[in-house]
Amino acid sequence: MIEVKNLTRYYGDKMAIKDVSFAVQKGEVLGLLGPNGAGKTTTMRILTCYMPPTSGEARVAGYDIWEQPLEVKKRLGYLPENPPLYNDLRVSEYLEFVARVKEVPSNRIKSAINSAVQKAGLEEVYRQVIGSLSKGFKQRVGLAQALLNEPEVLILDEPTVGLDPRQIIEIRELIKSLGGEHTIILSTHILPEVEMTCGRVVIINRGEVVAEDTPEGLTRRLKGTERLIVEMDGDGGAAEQVLQKFPEIASVQKEAQQNGRMRFTIEVTSDIRRDLARAIVDQGLGLYELRTESYSLEEIFLHLTTKEEVA
Amino acid sequence: MRKTLAVYQKELKHFFYSPIAYIVIAAFAVITGIFFYLYLSSFVEAAFMDMIRSQQFRTPPQKFNINLQLIRPYFWNLALISLFVLPLVTMRLFSEEKRSGTVELLYTTPLTTSNIVLGKFVAGLTFYMVMLLPTVFYLSLLFIYGNPEFWPVFSGYLGLVLLGSAFVGGGLFISSLTENQIIAAIGGFGLALVLWVIGWAANFSGPGLSAVLNYLSVINHFEDFAQGVIDSQHVIFYLLLTTFGIYLTYRSVESIKWRA
Repeated sequence: MIEVKNLTRYYGDKMAIKDVSFAVQKGEVLGLLGPNGAGKTTTMRILTCYMPPTSGEARVAGYDIWEQPLEVKKRLGYLPENPPLYNDLRVSEYLEFVARVKEVPSNRIKSAINSAVQKAGLEEVYRQVIGSLSKGFKQRVGLAQALLNEPEVLILDEPTVGLDPRQIIEIRELIKSLGGEHTIILSTHILPEVEMTCGRVVIINRGEVVAEDTPEGLTRRLKGTERLIVEMDGDGGAAEQVLQKFPEIASVQKEAQQNGRMRFTIEVTSDIRRDLARAIVDQGLGLYELRTESYSLEEIFLHLTTKEEVA
Repeated sequence: MRKTLAVYQKELKHFFYSPIAYIVIAAFAVITGIFFYLYLSSFVEAAFMDMIRSQQFRTPPQKFNINLQLIRPYFWNLALISLFVLPLVTMRLFSEEKRSGTVELLYTTPLTTSNIVLGKFVAGLTFYMVMLLPTVFYLSLLFIYGNPEFWPVFSGYLGLVLLGSAFVGGGLFISSLTENQIIAAIGGFGLALVLWVIGWAANFSGPGLSAVLNYLSVINHFEDFAQGVIDSQHVIFYLLLTTFGIYLTYRSVESIKWRA
């Protein structure tokens, strides 16, 4: 449904994305995951024919974005990062405008608007002026707008940003239910979001595709990337001696605290919390804290990139 | 066509949902109304004084032509006020969409560049014509209480609409260059002013250049319309200028595609 080949885009001499390639099958939900500024929005803007790539090619719904942008746009629903709304119009007027612009036949405009309003849960604000709506509702109006022409391809740029937790869950449910019927690309910088909604993930960092995998595969790869934070009594060597007993420990960073305690940040290959706690207590040392810490997204990208290079 | 109409109607909604539109319309009505009152009272006074004089000195009264002495200068006046007000009409047409990010909607739906540009242009021109309505009322007073000739009034309005469409085209282009409405307004005003005064520069330049500058001066072409003459040469001039403005806007909107 969507094929992307070696897309490259420069803004002046600043590279935004480089050699981005991936493919999305019909009915699939693909997540574009990456930190802010990784090139997700640029990729989406190219796919929606908003701006052209510097080089490379892409086909959406069977049409080339460069040769037949109009055909692509007809089959597309796009929710940009900031929902493109006219604050002075009513929700009803806005949706009617978008429906007409998207070439929905006039006898079907009403039913198209009704179904989009229902899907996005906008019934109660249908007659309100968009400018008076909350951020969550604005986001949903943006989503309804994207759904109006029953597009084959939906492109959603950070659809859950700025919403409260309940709304986030609702939108994710909605996206999940839209998959299968529509082919969806959504971008996010939230890892769990991808696990919940997407069938496959493309990870972008600094403009380049770092990895492409299923969420399960991704989680598997990220296993062993947790760290342990241990704070204990550390009179010189005793604490380190305890740690040396464990072959699972890959690396240790230590940091002296006040009142003679030591804080260790330990990279482990498997979960050794139980044994480690016992060993420390057996040694007669006080244990004040023992917890796992996940890597931040940035660190995961770093991890993935370096791992890829080794492999 | 359907899509152009959708854009056009959306733009009209933006105009009439915003308080600025009513302020502009009201300001235009008040200013043109004041000028109408001043022109009319000085005309009436001149005619009245002449009547007294003719009775005192037993001379035949002069001929006062209301078309020549009132309506013609009034159209000149309307053209000048339009120059000041039209940039306020065109300033938001593109810049607001750029600022709020709604261009991303326009450019990713099956709208063509011509749909967008034409819809916006015609909406701007429509708004200008609505602005002119109060002056139709003022002038119709003359028809109720006097008997001016109709065709010079008609040609005057035709001239105003043509002049207005040239300014709307230019203002639309300026608006498509920036996301700041203030800059769009000042730029549009500057452009209109340059096209207006360019004829003055003709007085100080060589014969070849002066002919060109005179031709480019928008106001030189308005003269005949105000006098009641519809000359195709001037109609073509305004249409060319309008087309050029629309063309530049079109290129400016398309430019996002080759700025890769």
